[in-house]
Parts: sequence; structure tokens; C-alpha cells
Amino acid sequence: MIKHVDKYAAKNFQTDQDVRWCPGCGDYSILAQVQRVLPELNIPKHNFVFISGIGCSSRFPYYMDTYGFHGIHGRAAAIASGLKVARPDLSIWVATGDGDGMSIGGNHFIHICRRNIDVKILLFNNQIYGLTKGQYSPTSEFGKITKSSPQGVPDHPFNPLLLALGAEASFVARGLDREPKLLQQIIRRAAEHKGTAFLEVYQNCNVFNDGAFVKFTEKETKDDNVVILEHSKPMVFGKEKDKGIKLEGFTPVVVSLKDGKHSVNDLIVHNEKDTMLSFILARMSNFPELPRPVGVVYAVERPRYEDVVTQQINDSIQKQGEGDLEKLLNHGETWKIG
Amino acid sequence: MTKQTKILDEVTIRFAGDSGDGMQLTGSQFTNTTALLGNDLSTLPDYPAEIRAPAGTVYGVSGFQIHFGSKEISTPGDTCDVLVAMNPAALKVNLRSLRNGGIIVANKDGFNDKNLKLAGYDKSPLDDGSLERFQVHAVDITKLTTLAIQDLGLSTKHIERSKNIFALGIMYWMYSRPMESTINWIKEKFQKTPEIVEANIRVLKAGYAFGETTEIFLARYEVEPADLQPGRYRSITGNEAVAWGLLAASVKSGLDLFLGSYPITPASEILHELSHHKNFRVKTFQAEDEIAGIASAIGASYGGAIGVTTTSGPGLALKTEAMGLAVMLELPLVIVDVQRGGPSTGLPTKTEQADLFQAVHGRNSEAPIPVLAACTPAGCFDMAYEAVRIATKYMTPVILLTDGYIANGAEPWVIPKVESLPNIPVHFRTEATDFQPYSRDEKTLARPWAIPGTPGLEHRIGGLEKEHITGNISYDPENHEFMVKLRQEKVDRIADDIPIAQVDGDENGDLLVVGWGGTYGAIRTAVESKRKKGKSVSHLHLKYVNPFQKNVGEILKNFKQILVPELNLGQLAQLLQAKYLVPVIQLNKVQGLPFRAVEIENKIDEILK
Ligand code: SF4
Repeated sequence: MIKHVDKYAAKNFQTDQDVRWCPGCGDYSILAQVQRVLPELNIPKHNFVFISGIGCSSRFPYYMDTYGFHGIHGRAAAIASGLKVARPDLSIWVATGDGDGMSIGGNHFIHICRRNIDVKILLFNNQIYGLTKGQYSPTSEFGKITKSSPQGVPDHPFNPLLLALGAEASFVARGLDREPKLLQQIIRRAAEHKGTAFLEVYQNCNVFNDGAFVKFTEKETKDDNVVILEHSKPMVFGKEKDKGIKLEGFTPVVVSLKDGKHSVNDLIVHNEKDTMLSFILARMSNFPELPRPVGVVYAVERPRYEDVVTQQINDSIQKQGEGDLEKLLNHGETWKIG
Repeated sequence: MTKQTKILDEVTIRFAGDSGDGMQLTGSQFTNTTALLGNDLSTLPDYPAEIRAPAGTVYGVSGFQIHFGSKEISTPGDTCDVLVAMNPAALKVNLRSLRNGGIIVANKDGFNDKNLKLAGYDKSPLDDGSLERFQVHAVDITKLTTLAIQDLGLSTKHIERSKNIFALGIMYWMYSRPMESTINWIKEKFQKTPEIVEANIRVLKAGYAFGETTEIFLARYEVEPADLQPGRYRSITGNEAVAWGLLAASVKSGLDLFLGSYPITPASEILHELSHHKNFRVKTFQAEDEIAGIASAIGASYGGAIGVTTTSGPGLALKTEAMGLAVMLELPLVIVDVQRGGPSTGLPTKTEQADLFQAVHGRNSEAPIPVLAACTPAGCFDMAYEAVRIATKYMTPVILLTDGYIANGAEPWVIPKVESLPNIPVHFRTEATDFQPYSRDEKTLARPWAIPGTPGLEHRIGGLEKEHITGNISYDPENHEFMVKLRQEKVDRIADDIPIAQVDGDENGDLLVVGWGGTYGAIRTAVESKRKKGKSVSHLHLKYVNPFQKNVGEILKNFKQILVPELNLGQLAQLLQAKYLVPVIQLNKVQGLPFRAVEIENKIDEILK
């Protein structure tokens, strides 16, 4: 008999399965941060479900001692949608990758976002196909040389945040595998959000795409290349906190806070509820000269699909009464013979 | 003037006109009245493929056929005895289904130059002698309708719209049907607009009186009530019956019903119907595509609902991979395929039976799924119910095949008593001690249904091969072979849990006609007619195509020859030959149309000559 555990620790969420990711893979950190945050959520362990598709990231459910569902390629969001609509009481999480979630599963991804079904989607973005050993993915940068693109990737990549925002996701955030504290904070925010929560995690694939995000994770460079978003705070960054981001029209530009021409008052103040701003922030990753925004980009509340469905059911029961089979079969035109 | 009244034992009428002419409504009113009179009947609507085809064109013709009688009626009728044609296009499209000597009631006003040209006639067929083989009654329906109600101040559009009711009135007179039921319906339907009520009732009566008083029609007919099983009846289409069968199974099993579905012809009505019954706590999820339809249903089943997805052939193809996942997960799931003409987009509004192979074999690797087939519109209720019973008892996806013909067709149905429906007992695992996700029930080989939210049963499932009992991922060669055989064995064992096959007619003889699914009515009519003429022929109709019922092999051995009529190139024929090593004669038709009974009769004659 498993004892009911009131207070969990991270280890309560670990399974006895050997973790089979390559040593040094960024996936380990994401797993650890999730296992650290879950015990704090006050949700019974048996109410968590982790659902995945196919890919390195999609092994995730095997390592979580919760209910777990390793689905088929790209369909995790659709499976999770059905489960959440059928069972709104559960806390449902999707672990997916840039191939699984943005390529084969792109359609389900945008539709779960627009419906605002309360599922937490963790996108492990390593900008490569890991499990199939090194082909380019829909987030690989243009011109990249990979196994399947010896002359460079000919396609323009997806920007996952923009895709989510374009689909009107109500929660959009970005984290880094190498920033565990920050990642935990964002995971917690995602968990607490009411609606679809989309979290892109820059995840290093040290075997097929090593160093893709070093600029944002190495001690020497990260401060000058990452801007950490905090609601109601001006966008300051840099090793010495001496740089900021200001808007010129709709264009974000980097300004120095030391040159005497600018002060914090000139900078954008982050507002998670500002739709226009969210698009500007998401778009910044297309410009290498700009720092990469990390944190909660956008968070608003709007009706959740499953709540609307529940409401419609309650309304119908109110109006027509609880479903009565005898009545249904005999309603309308009937006639008696004999 | 007294007119001669003849007694007939069966009649087939086809109402045909422009899609805007209200032919479906005319047909269903005639059907309701006929059902109330106690005739047995079968109906089939025939919609144009185009949504808003230009008025007057052959593409825009909408038809409704009803076959009714004082004897058993199993099909909407091979050929019709009466064709009501509201315009030249309707005549042109439907003439070939009218028997020689049949009656044409044509709306003369609809045969104007413009409409004749649109239908591709140089001269009016009503005057050029080309319809000599028929009894033609050209009636100024539009004019007479206008005359009847012109003082009510309605717009021309409204007057025009009532002309189908005039035609209905003529038919009521011709077949001695009372008008009450339609009058009541008009009063209810248009209760907010008394002038429309008045207009429609007047037009109906005018049509009836026209039949009675004019000299055009020399005879009228009577069709006596049929000898039907006593009970309370209603009319039901195949798609409605699927929806209600699923609802009934949800009520009886205590499971919530979840439908994940993407709209597709001719299956969409199941989605529509279920979305109107939310008070049964049914959740309908109109998915972004076919794959999400089935994937969401699998998710819901995992959560303890009965997950259902509905589709037609091309959609079933898209669901293939997810069906394999459901086989591996061993979760209950019902997949309804309302077959249509194919391959590819094919003939979306036409019927066919060519998805049998796809249902039985169409997945990667060894992925056995039980396949059921409904035979008649009302029979869809029982088979949908049965699909849920098998899916939950055996923890398996189940495919239910119907087709466009029975999905849209309607027939009277004896409404079952809810308490007489078989129970569907469902057990969720709650006991944490010794829980193993892939342990099995000894008899059914079903694994436990352990749903999220149950304390102590946290476990992982997925599409990778499972280790026997534990459900852990396993690449072990022996385990894989063992599991493949186990999944097959589980489906095979269902044969022990379904009723044995029944032959219509003698248990042995010269010829057995074996069919499956929607060809039931045509085969039954053909075999009955030949038996009456003393032929040694019987009928076996399969509702279970995977696995076959246990006694099918035995039955086949008792006949000298076997004929398998199918609306495909011989898929059941091949399955039967492969399994039972018996020679079969095929009769195949792939025209997007159902069999006519006479086609099967001719084949029987050819074999037994
Ligand atoms: S291939 Fe890359 S992403 Fe996959 S486990 Fe190895 S390091 Fe991680």
C-alpha cells in the first residue's frame, strides 16, 4: 500500500527508471527543476499527468513518478486536450521538443493555444533533431549545416514565442536550462496560470548542437546578452546593469545608461498583460544584436475551453433536465402499432 | 366522380426538385403520415453534392425516395413507381430510376424555356413523346398554388415555396393518406406566422382536392398496414442511431461520453446530434483535424471516459497511427467509419463498402482491432452500443463500419425499453496493492483501467513495446513476440462473447448469399423473393467482421455454393476465402450506389439456373 504523502519532496517525483539522456544533456536540468517545483504546488501526486510525443524530450514522463503517457509523434497536445476536457480536475503537462511540437505537432500546438485548454506545455528547444541523430529542425537557424543540410538549412525558422502569441496563447514564457532558479520560477508561474501555459526552454543538445545557446548561458557573455523580464520593472541588463531597452516607434533598441543621454525612465517597463509589447519582445530573438528576453513575456486571463464546456453542460442540464434516455428515445414523432 | 381504387402491397415514390424546392421536407412528411398508417417503410434522401448549386441545374437536384408497403420492406426500393418532378432537371436525373409504366407527376410551370435549357433539353419532354412508356401527368402546380393563396398577400417567394405542399397533397390523395399529421405539423412549425399556416394548409388541401376532382387521375391506391411487430415506433436514420446508441451505452455504463471529431461527409450528423445532448454530460470536441479527433478521444479514454471518434474513409486513413497507439495502450475507444465512395476524396456523398480492408488490416505491423458492421439504419443503434460494450470489456479500440446509405437512410424502429438494454459493467482499478498496468483478466485478457487521479496507481504507458505484466518498456525479442500474440489472442477471444451467426432461411442448401453491413436490405429482399419462388437459397449477414462469429465456417460448409455481393471489389470475399478456404462467387458493384435487389436476384438466377 502506498502511503498518502502530504508533503512531497523532489525525490517523490523520481521514478526507478534509468534516465537515458546523453550525459550533459540540458534535459536533466529541466527534469530536476520540474521535480523541485511540483512538491510546492499543493497538488496530490496522483493528479499530475505528463504527456509527451516522440523525441529526446518526450522520454520525460518515464522519469516522473506521476501518471505518464508517452504518445505518438506530435500528438501530445491533442491527447492532453482530450484528457483535460474529460478530466478538468487533473494537472496536465506536455513535454515536447522543437520537432515534435513545432513541426509534426504544429497544428495541435496552435489549436490548444487558441482554445486555452489548461495544459502546461514545456517546449525543449534545442534547435536540432536529437533522437534521429542530427537533422535540422523547424527552429534551426537559416543556413545551418546539419546532417540533412550539407549546404545549409534553406528554410526560415519558426520563432516559438511568436507562434504561440500568434495563436493567442494566454501565457508565454522563455527559460534557460542553465538558469535553474529562474527556470523554477517560470515553471511555478506556468503551473499557477489558468489556461494554456507555453514555456520555451533553451536546451543544449551537447551531442548534435552543442553550444547553441552559450551566449545566453556562459558566465562571461550572458549578462550582456540576456534581459530578464520582470513585471512592472524597466528592462535593464548588462554585467554592470548599465544597459537598457527602449522603444523607438515599435522598434526596440539598446541604449547605454552611462552615456548621460539615457536614464531608466526612458526604458520599456515590462507589462505581462500588454499584447503589443509581447509581440515586440518575442520578435527580439530574430535580431542577434538585441539581448534575448527571458522570463514571462505574456500572461493574461481569458476563459478556458474546459470551463466553457462544463458551463454548457450545466446550462443544458438546467434547461432540459438531467439526460433521460427513455425520454430521448421517445421524444418527437412516435407511433404505436398493435 | 367516383374513381377506381386499387390495393397495392408496396409502392415506391421519389420526390425530386431543385434543392430549394423543399423535397426533403415533402418526403419526410409523406413518411411520417405513412408510418402512422402502419405501413412498413424505408427511405433514402439524395442530396446534391454542391451546397448551393445554381437553381434549375442537374447538379442542384435534390431527391427523396420512400418505399412503403403492407409487407416487409427492407430497402428504399430498386425502382420507383411514381416520380414527382418539380422541374426538367429533376426529371432528367431521376427518370432512369422510374419503372416502365410508372407515373410521372410534373410541375408543368417548372418546365419553362430557361429550366429546359439548364437541364439540357431542346424541347419539353412533356410534349415531345419521349415519355410514352410512362403515365405522365403535367400539372400547373405553381399556378394552382398561387390561385389557392393569392388573396393572403404573401410575397411571390413565399407562394413559390409552397408548391411542394401542393404536390404532397396530390400524393396524399393518390395513396389515400390522411392530411391530419401534416396539418398539425404545419400549425406547430409556423405557429409564429398564422398567414403561413393558413397558406400551407390551403395549398395542401388544394392539392388533395385537385387529385379528387380533376379527371387527370383515373385511379387512386391503397396500401394496407403491414404486419409489424407491436410496439412504439419512431423513424430513425443510421447516423442518429449511432449517436443514440453511444448515448445509451454511456448511460448504461455510467461512463461519460467524449466525442473527438472533425467534420466530414457523411459522418458529421453524428457530431451534430451528440452536440445537442449535453444534458447527458456528453462532451463533443470539434477537433482541428482527424488526428486530433482520435488523439483527444484516446486522451479522454485514458481519463476514464468512453472516447469516440467519428469519420469517413479518408479520415480513417489519417487516424491510422493513433489507432495503432490505442492497440498498444489497450484503452477502450470507438472509431466509427461512415464509408463513402473512394479512394481519396472519391465520391463524398455516395455510398460504398470499400473500407473493410482498411478497418481490418490498415495499420502498421500487427495491430488487431475488432470490427463491427451495422446492417440497417436502426441497427446502427445496437452496433454502436455493442462497440462500447466490447471496447470497455476488452480494453481495446473497436471500429464500427456503417455507410452513407444506411447513415442517411431511415426506417421505422421499435423503440427499445431502456431496462432491456444489456448492462455494461465497468471497473476502474483502485487497489494499489500488487498493481501492474499490464496484468490481465484471465478470461478476457483485458488489462486494468487505472485512471489518473487514483492514489497509488501512478504509472507510465505509451506506444513503445511493453513488458508483459509490468508495462515497462521492453526491447526483448521474446517478449515482443509474446505481446504481439497476446494482443491478437485478446481480439480473437471476443468471438466467444458475441452471439452466433444466424442464417435467414434453411440451414443448408444450394446457395448461401453472404453479405455484411448496409447491403442487408437488398440481399434480404432478393433472397426472400427467390425463396418464395422455391429456390434453395439462404442469407447470412455478418455484423461482426473481425473476429468472425464462431459458427461462420460451419455455416459456409452447409451450402453447395456461396455468393458474396459487396459494394467493393471483393473484400469480404477475400477474407472469407483466406480464413475458411472455401470458393466463393463474387458480385461486386462500385458505382457509389447501393445494390438493387434485382441485381442480386439476377445473379442468384444465373448461379441456380
Ligand atoms: S541527443 Fe541531444 S537532446 Fe537528445 S539526449 Fe542526447 S544531448 Fe540530449
